[in-house]
Amino acid sequence: MDDSARLLEFEARLGQGEKIEPKDWMPERYRKQLIRMMSQHAHSEVVGMLPEGNWITRAPNLRRKMALLAKVQDEAGHGLYIYSATESLGIDRCELLDQLLAARAKYSSIFNYPTLAWADIGVIGWLVDGAAIVNQTMLAKSSYGPYSRAMIRICKEENFHKKQGYEICVTLASGVPEQKQMLQESIDRWWWPTLMMFGPSDKESANSAELMKWKVKRRSNDDLRQHFVNITVPQAHALGLTLPDPDLHYDEATDNWMFGEIDWDEFWSVVRGNGPCNRERMNARRAAHEEGAWVRAAMEAYAAKQRNHEQNVNGVS
Amino acid sequence: MADAHPTIPWEVFIQPRTGAPHQHVGNVHAYDAEMALQNARDVYARRGKVVSMWVVPAEAIHATVPDDNGPFFDPADDKVYRHPSFYKVPHGVKNM
Repeated sequence: MDDSARLLEFEARLGQGEKIEPKDWMPERYRKQLIRMMSQHAHSEVVGMLPEGNWITRAPNLRRKMALLAKVQDEAGHGLYIYSATESLGIDRCELLDQLLAARAKYSSIFNYPTLAWADIGVIGWLVDGAAIVNQTMLAKSSYGPYSRAMIRICKEENFHKKQGYEICVTLASGVPEQKQMLQESIDRWWWPTLMMFGPSDKESANSAELMKWKVKRRSNDDLRQHFVNITVPQAHALGLTLPDPDLHYDEATDNWMFGEIDWDEFWSVVRGNGPCNRERMNARRAAHEEGAWVRAAMEAYAAKQRNHEQNVNGVS
Repeated sequence: MADAHPTIPWEVFIQPRTGAPHQHVGNVHAYDAEMALQNARDVYARRGKVVSMWVVPAEAIHATVPDDNGPFFDPADDKVYRHPSFYKVPHGVKNM
């Protein structure tokens, strides 16, 4: 069968709602787009540990500290699920890590913003994880089997992330005026970057149409963003706080919370490496990798020792 | 920058409760089976609900090739008499 016939068959399978599995024929472009998108997603989980890790030692009590530790550990685990799924496309995870460390691969821009106050930990769980859940619930229906399965596992675990964050917000919102103010300032800082997490608007998104045609994504960036705003605005109101958007209003005709224009200059500037923490995050990531070299060396030495031991026992030279 | 390492991938299977089949959940990289089990526990069993876990070197798994699915699985397609719907019984006969 030639490639054009295979492509027709591939698209027919997608049309019938079939999933694509690693050994199935797929267009090179589908494979490349998945590797790009999935590795970016995995890197985001890993880099996403940094802003929150910043507050583990300063969590206000043991309950919060345990929750935050567990959440950050989950993010590491989620990175590993997705690296594992990406490897099924025929690329080694060492190569993916190389791409991240050499700044040839991207990760979600949201992690290039700093966590300046404890309230940020609550707001990240509520807004950032909330937005991630909206995106990942959609990706759980992705046409690529291993990606879809990884997303189902992740979605099951992330609900706790959002709830623990919102609980922190509820506590601060009912606290002393200083706590309430800290929370409001944090929401003001995170709201717009969170809306940017869904990516460029549909008109500007280079990859969206193709990813939707192949059912890697099932809903457009703008569609997901609107859904997120609709479910989140009432949650902000329940806290008795405001969102930093004077244009925000409810539209009865469409049942949507209409929001103001996103600052796309800021979005592209952070994507291109000029956000508040891009350099800091990459330096931290590289340092963690280099400082972990001795662990890898020790494991390797241990493995070599075990192999020698087995050879001696078996009398093989 | 990430140094080349001699770990190999291990496929991970977990059993969520006794009586259930082991199910593939993903893979981990490790030098040996012991390390693979420990890594798999940390990655795929952070929330309990696991009663047993298998790790298998990925290279030990031999799989069918999708392109050969037609001829390979074909023998099952033409044996309708393996299905109960192939057999006719009079109307009104119950509990068949």
